[in-house]
Amino acid sequence: MIRFDNVSKCYETGHEALSNVSFALEDGEMAFLTGHSGAGKSTLMKLIMLMERPTRGHVFVGEQNLAGLDRKQIPYHRRRIGVVFQNHQLLFDRTVFDNVTLPLMICGFSPRDAGRRARAALDKVGLLTKEKMNPIALSTGEQQRVGIARAIVHKPQVLLADEPTGNLDPQLSEEIMRLFLEFNRHGTTVLIASHDMGLIQRMRVRMLSLQQGRLAADG
Amino acid sequence: MAEQNNRRRGAQRLDPQVKPTVKRTASATSGRKPRQAKALRYDSDNHWQTAKTAFSRLLTTPAATLMTVAVLAIALALPGVLYSGLKNVQQVAASWEGDPRIALYLDLSVDDQQADSISRMLLLRDDLAAVELISRADGLAEFRALSGFGDVLEYLDQNPIPAVITVQPHPMSNDELIELQQQLEMEDGVAEAQLDMAWVQRLNSALEVAKRVVVMLGLLLATAVLLVIGNTVRVSIESRREEILIAKLVGATDSWVRRPFLYTGAWYGFLGGLCGWGLIQLALMLIDTPVRELAGLYNNSFSLLGLGVVDTVLLISFSLLLGLVGAWVAVSRYLRAIEPQ
Repeated sequence: MIRFDNVSKCYETGHEALSNVSFALEDGEMAFLTGHSGAGKSTLMKLIMLMERPTRGHVFVGEQNLAGLDRKQIPYHRRRIGVVFQNHQLLFDRTVFDNVTLPLMICGFSPRDAGRRARAALDKVGLLTKEKMNPIALSTGEQQRVGIARAIVHKPQVLLADEPTGNLDPQLSEEIMRLFLEFNRHGTTVLIASHDMGLIQRMRVRMLSLQQGRLAADG
Repeated sequence: MAEQNNRRRGAQRLDPQVKPTVKRTASATSGRKPRQAKALRYDSDNHWQTAKTAFSRLLTTPAATLMTVAVLAIALALPGVLYSGLKNVQQVAASWEGDPRIALYLDLSVDDQQADSISRMLLLRDDLAAVELISRADGLAEFRALSGFGDVLEYLDQNPIPAVITVQPHPMSNDELIELQQQLEMEDGVAEAQLDMAWVQRLNSALEVAKRVVVMLGLLLATAVLLVIGNTVRVSIESRREEILIAKLVGATDSWVRRPFLYTGAWYGFLGGLCGWGLIQLALMLIDTPVRELAGLYNNSFSLLGLGVVDTVLLISFSLLLGLVGAWVAVSRYLRAIEPQ
């Protein structure tokens, strides 16, 4: 589903964020991406999202070489991917429900269809009762779950999460991780960047670890 | 049923963005067809929805919106009022311009009988449409009545007013008119022939200058409208920066992001045009009464022309277009700069 072919990324400052990274994630597979901050986790995620382009090498998502996509095709590429951010990136000028329907509105779903799907997604993360609230009134854990609902509401093929448990206590982190496991069981390819080693080891899934831009371990 | 079909077809033509340009795997493709058809039909409603949302966004900051609309209205009303004033003056000028007259002042030695025969002779000419004789006595009476110097005449031994024949030539070119005037001046008994046309030419040149000034002012103020709307839309983009970033991250196309701002610009243009029209009508109403009085003094039943339907539609659609263009320029300038990092 996701394949990196000798990918290197050099920023204009001369800093090499990734060097010669190669790995493949099968359709429906789940993996953790670990490493110290600055090891290149975010860069790797940005390459998959096409927020950055690799300096060398190729990135494939679902057989599609991302180098072949021009600017106009990027939105359609991003619609196949759901992203969960560390700071959840919610909009506080609208309700939880409207936050979750945003990707559906962008994809052109009818409001009724979008509403049904958004409620299903909110139900999955256990926030159905809070759909009419403003996300600012929710706890950090709940906000993160709204972010997850928004990431999965349009049934993406790939789910990316960048430090999704960064601000959460261990118990909440477990809950969030269990959610990701469940989406994975339903066939979504999941890649989670995290440095919470204790948690990752308990989950027993594949682990890709980056060290100064190089893939140091895979397994 | 028929209406629904039409709508579906229209939406399909409008919306290229649902077309998948990225290969999908089997799991995502399953059940896409009915969903896509629904999405397509939805998109035309979506435009209306976006327009409504853009409008209600304007209402959330009523004071700022009102001020912007007022600036636009004034910028549009100024050339509008001048334009309709010009149109009115042109209308008046056109009614005069059609019949230049030549006044023939006869020699004082010509008596009434001779004057009469001169005017009869002129009637025979086929280049004159009308001939009117004002005898010395009539001229004196008119002078006494209109000038207010009637008493002075009492001290004069004889009538100082010459007989005057006013002739109205058939329509002809200016050169021909001048030639005719010279010809008539050579006639026996005619002391002087005055072509009563120079002021019409002057008026026309003055109108031409005024027209240019109105056009230039109009262009300047249209640019101002463009800039005001562009800047307002830019501020609105800045204030929704976060939303744009997130929308782009979850796969919003440029046109999806651009659309609400285009509607914002269009609304500003429309509202500005509407209020500008109101201002123009108000201004015309306020000067209508004095103009009527003025026209009454000239024994003229002139009434002020307002902006007609065509001009109104032109004004509002032009202003709407300015709004769209201003918003388009602002959005294309600033949208590229907002990319997720």
